[in-house]
Amino acid sequence: MNENAIFVTHDLAVGYRNGKNVVTLLEGLNLTLEKGKLVALLGQNGAGKSTLLRALTCDERPLSGSIQVNGKNLLEMSQKERSRLIGLVSTERIQAGALTVTELVGLGRQPHTGFLGRMDDEDREIVRQAMADAGIIGKADEYIASLSDGERQKAMIARALAQQTPIIILDEPTAFLDVASRIETMRLLQTLAHDRGKAVLLSSHDISQSLMLADELWLITTDRQVVTGSTRQLVADGAMDHLFDNRSIHFNPQILDYSF
Amino acid sequence: MTYRRFAVTLVALTLLLVLLALACLVFGSVDIPAGNILDILTGNGSGNKAWDIIILQSRIPMIATAALAGAALSISGLLLQTTFNNPLAGPSILGVSSGAGLGVAIVILALGGSLGGLFGESVGSYMAILLGALMGAGVVLVVLIAFSAIVRSNTMLLIIGILVSYLTSSVVQLLNSVATEEGVHNYVSWGFGNFSGVSVAQMPVYAGIIILALVGSALMVKPLNAMLLGTRYARNLGINVSRTRNMLLLITGVLTAVVTAFCGPIGFIGLVVPHIARMSLGTSNHARLVPATILAGADIALLCALVSVNNPHGIIPINAITPIIGVPIILYIILNRRRIQYFN
Repeated sequence: MNENAIFVTHDLAVGYRNGKNVVTLLEGLNLTLEKGKLVALLGQNGAGKSTLLRALTCDERPLSGSIQVNGKNLLEMSQKERSRLIGLVSTERIQAGALTVTELVGLGRQPHTGFLGRMDDEDREIVRQAMADAGIIGKADEYIASLSDGERQKAMIARALAQQTPIIILDEPTAFLDVASRIETMRLLQTLAHDRGKAVLLSSHDISQSLMLADELWLITTDRQVVTGSTRQLVADGAMDHLFDNRSIHFNPQILDYSF
Repeated sequence: MTYRRFAVTLVALTLLLVLLALACLVFGSVDIPAGNILDILTGNGSGNKAWDIIILQSRIPMIATAALAGAALSISGLLLQTTFNNPLAGPSILGVSSGAGLGVAIVILALGGSLGGLFGESVGSYMAILLGALMGAGVVLVVLIAFSAIVRSNTMLLIIGILVSYLTSSVVQLLNSVATEEGVHNYVSWGFGNFSGVSVAQMPVYAGIIILALVGSALMVKPLNAMLLGTRYARNLGINVSRTRNMLLLITGVLTAVVTAFCGPIGFIGLVVPHIARMSLGTSNHARLVPATILAGADIALLCALVSVNNPHGIIPINAITPIIGVPIILYIILNRRRIQYFN
């Protein structure tokens, strides 16, 4: 067993319940996240990326199987215990325009503060450090409403950092960003994995960015399998050819992207 | 810098509260010299029995009733706006007040009395009415939770709230059709809204419940802030979302029900005051919003009370005053939503 493995699923099945019908999207998943690695989850629309992430963050119960974090069953933990293990960045619309960046990032301390959520000096220093690491400290006193999309995403990542979790899961973190912010965000996530030892998992539509920066890939193939492995290996094996149904596009390893 | 703004706002709201309370004490339908009022307050008596009674049993209870009602409705509005992630939510627009009103009407009929004549002398009867209001508010809140899980649109939830109000008022009218004329009259005047309905004997129950629920809301500051980020982030921050939501709606229901039972269904205060608090503080942080909302709510309600009792031709219903204050503020907010931070 790999000693860096921090997050392990066993025979996981995910999908959704539609009244009495159970729709299984993906099953038999044995996935592993390691400390210090950036993993990109890729797949075409509707393949089940978000559903899988929602199961991994316990926002939706998996249909079957188990998730172990540090050897403990994630599904049996309290919400509070989970909040100290996994930090989330999603694309959900937030109502926090009138919070300052510092206040928003400070919310990341909630799993560690007491009943009323009061922060002490140590908490404030962690918040400051998280903003510095995410490159948003220059905007510490600005309203979230005044930030660009890219800055907002950095603030949300800083919030997850302030949570001090060993695992960070991001649902489409670059979805609404321009190219420059996309590259910046991906580089930031890579740094967090490589230099801070976090296990970082993100879903993305941005194939070339993911292939350039991710250490490992989780590919949801067209036949509903999740193929995992190092980015280099999967590209060499031609696994990228099974990502999209569309036969008129092909993966081009020279440019690390698809072309006609 | 922002802390200073918070401190200044809080001090200003408190000063305003003191001023308005004093004004409500001094100005009313009967002229009582300020010196005599001071004598009454210090326990010496003014030598005029009628004046003693007016100050001690009418004006002071009205001040307490109005201030607490304003605080209660405003906190209800704040909790509803955060819980449903909807800046235009409030206890009256979502039908919570009318649900409580329906509960009141049903209890009065079931007790065999006529509608209205709301608070008889016996403790049992007004406790039953309070319970009816609580049940009514509770049913509406449960309906809103159910619909909010199905319809994701904020506007649709508001429309459902308005439909609930129509439905409850039609049921009340059906009840009225079998009630006595006097009962109908009483019910109608209750509907106008009025801060003079809490007697000295009832005050401990009224004030006790409201203060308890307000303290409860102050203890919910941490999960309320997490809810600003939506349910998924709140869960990720360790918040048990469904338990938190139930707790918030329980507090809202209690506050709205108590105020509605005693003062009638009062509109606009719950909707508008949280916005006044957010705009004057420049934040959505509930640790600051909750105290400012309580104070601003008390201020606005006292202002309404002051206007209400100082008309030479008789008392003006509270519900005739609140829209005049509320509608311009709501219109301002709607027209300026792109410039107001908390919408963006």
